[in-house]
Amino acid sequence: MIPELGHVALILALVVAVVQASFPLAGSLSGNRPWMAMARPLAYGQFAMLAIAFAALAQAFLTSDFSVLYVAENSNSLLPQIYKFSAIWGGHEGSLLLWVLLMSTWGAAVAALSKNLPQGVVARVISVQGMVAIGFLLFMLLTSNPFERLFPVPPEGRDLNPLLQDPGLAIHPPMLYMGYVGFSVAFAFAIAALIGGRLDTAWARWSRPWTTVAWIFLTIGIALGSWWAYYELGWGGWWFWDPVENASLMPWLIGTALIHSLAVTEKRGAFKSWTVLLAIFAFSLSLLGTFLVRSGVLTSVHAFATDPTRGLFILLFLCVVIGGSLALYAWRAPEVSEGGRFDLISRESALLANNLLFVAFTVLVLFGTLAPLIYEAFDWGKISVGFPWFNKMFLALAPFLAVLLGLGPAARWKHDSLLRLVRMLWLALALSIAVLAIAALPGVDHGNLWVPVGLALAAWLLFSHLILIRDRLKHKQGWQAWVADLRGNGRSFYGMVLAHLGVAVFVVGVTMVMNYQEEQDVRMGPGDSQELAGYRFEFLGAEKTPGPNYRADRGHFKVYKGDKQIAELYPEKRSYLGGGMPMTEAAIDAGLFRDIYVSLGEPVGGGDWALRLYYKPYVRWIWLGAIFMALGGILAVTDRRYRTAKSRVTAPAGATAVGA
Amino acid sequence: MKARQKRLVFVAIAIAGVGAAAAMALTALQSNIAYFFSPAQVQAGEPPQDAVFRVGGLVVNDTLKRQEDGLTVRFDVTDNAAVVPVSYTGILPDLFSEGQGVVAKGRLGADGVFYAEEVLAKHDESYMPPEVADTLQTAHAEGVVEATTKSLQ
Repeated sequence: MIPELGHVALILALVVAVVQASFPLAGSLSGNRPWMAMARPLAYGQFAMLAIAFAALAQAFLTSDFSVLYVAENSNSLLPQIYKFSAIWGGHEGSLLLWVLLMSTWGAAVAALSKNLPQGVVARVISVQGMVAIGFLLFMLLTSNPFERLFPVPPEGRDLNPLLQDPGLAIHPPMLYMGYVGFSVAFAFAIAALIGGRLDTAWARWSRPWTTVAWIFLTIGIALGSWWAYYELGWGGWWFWDPVENASLMPWLIGTALIHSLAVTEKRGAFKSWTVLLAIFAFSLSLLGTFLVRSGVLTSVHAFATDPTRGLFILLFLCVVIGGSLALYAWRAPEVSEGGRFDLISRESALLANNLLFVAFTVLVLFGTLAPLIYEAFDWGKISVGFPWFNKMFLALAPFLAVLLGLGPAARWKHDSLLRLVRMLWLALALSIAVLAIAALPGVDHGNLWVPVGLALAAWLLFSHLILIRDRLKHKQGWQAWVADLRGNGRSFYGMVLAHLGVAVFVVGVTMVMNYQEEQDVRMGPGDSQELAGYRFEFLGAEKTPGPNYRADRGHFKVYKGDKQIAELYPEKRSYLGGGMPMTEAAIDAGLFRDIYVSLGEPVGGGDWALRLYYKPYVRWIWLGAIFMALGGILAVTDRRYRTAKSRVTAPAGATAVGA
Repeated sequence: MKARQKRLVFVAIAIAGVGAAAAMALTALQSNIAYFFSPAQVQAGEPPQDAVFRVGGLVVNDTLKRQEDGLTVRFDVTDNAAVVPVSYTGILPDLFSEGQGVVAKGRLGADGVFYAEEVLAKHDESYMPPEVADTLQTAHAEGVVEATTKSLQ
């Protein structure tokens, strides 16, 4: 009964979405207030319907109702309760339901938190979200209904993919999806503004916090995915340039460009049509990501079972969304006046360059990801693009971005002089050149030019931002002034600084781990010892250990630095009872400056094991950098400006552009 | 500078940048792509000598042998039309097993053995790398045609 209830709720959600996509929009165009006023209740209704559907599916999972096909395919009665719940998004149908649920959550949040926006804007934004929801709900109901029944009812479910039975992966998809669908809000604001023909600084101010929040979720989601891949896949890599990873990186890159370009539009009224275009592309790339993951057109270590008809549907949907919004853009954007002139040396120029670099990198990643499809379409053969290519592209662009990142925030809006910038930043420049020189000294260097360059760039970011803070506090006395600044309008400034320092931390992590990591595949028997990077690994043998829903071979290692034992590690090789799938569970001794990582390969006879040892210096800094960026974003959206801005924008629809 | 000239400068810089990036990307791509060949194509001598490429198919049952050092493995990969022996030193992925689809990346040795640097196995029960699926389908179609012509003779 309950699964049918969920199914009905999904159908009702579709009906609500159709009404939501038409009436408020029509009302906003014809000035019909009652129709516009329908927007908010409809957004809440949409959320309620999807919450009911999700709860119904959750109930089926938690009670192991294997008469539901999707539950039978993705769960098992032996599964620990927490993974029974996270198994809801362990497969295609459920992740889609989570996706639309989260999108309606954003819709409801916009409805609830936009009390001070003009009614017409709210109506249009919610209508656009309704249109996107129609696409996804049709997709679910036509090709991937999670509530389909299965007869005869199997006694046991097929089990959740063991790779997904992990706390990191239980929260990774919801975070990532929050980010993906969060860009639907920026998209809806942009489309609504195009429909309404009003792109002004007020529009930028409204969509800015939403975009930043979406970006925060996406940042955390990607970092979680990278961390998960690092400890769970057992090869000690943190990024593989795999199509599925690229699919999440591309919206992030465009999203990053978007939050910077929104800043210019809000503060200076410039870059308007460019910002709209970025908002359209950030969401389109989220959809493209879904298509790549779900259609199975690309070989990927992350690819799960797929269905071509689904791919076709998403492709069509993608064409409608991108084609439709670009057509609207072409039709409306020329009417938008470009405001805010600026000189070559100004903060606007720096941010423009930032945007171009992010877009260039996105285009390269997109090209590298789709190259196999392009080659196949032209019959040039079946290829794969190796990750060295992506690394090269990253290394070619990242240094420019880092140099610019130190300059941009120091530059003044509209007009600045090189001389002033040099006077302000000479100390940072001198210190980073010193870092470059010291790291490049013979005996210090590992023989690779990237180490001194990477460290110098990180130093440049650190010192240039410290100078910014010093200048900001020059006229403020004592720490109370600083606290007041943090309470007042300073949060977006400190948020920016923190996020930029996150980039510096990330750069250090990448530089160190790429150049100083060591790994070794070895065969070891009980009692054997192996040296790696100054650490001695002693293998004490492996024994069988039962788990809740798996059996494991559990290895035992002692790790020594000199004569001192620093860690005991227990890597496992598991065999899951549900599907019989084997799984490597690596053991890691984590530290701020280095990780020691052991993963079991396979038994090779006589108690010997083939295994893999890693030494990963500074690898944690990569995710620490992402955490800094996300915290910076949180600091920025809690800036008082947005709170007070909301109460200021109470004027009727026509009067908001002035004075912003 | 007038606004118009400034805009021109920006556009020129942007075009130059895009051009440079595209040139760099394409040049680098040439040395970083790995073509895919089926075992039948490998047997026919289609892959270029001394270049990295990928080969994929099913691991033939009972061919997985571990060498003396405990780390090197040998196995045969087939598309049901031809067989390529593969040698790999290192840890195999979790889901590697006989009778399943794999894709190996590496070079073909003078001895006819494919020396893999990387072995990819499927990620879940029902996933098959698209290249392997195609390969098997082609071989299957050709095999069927062969069988029919034989029966006609």
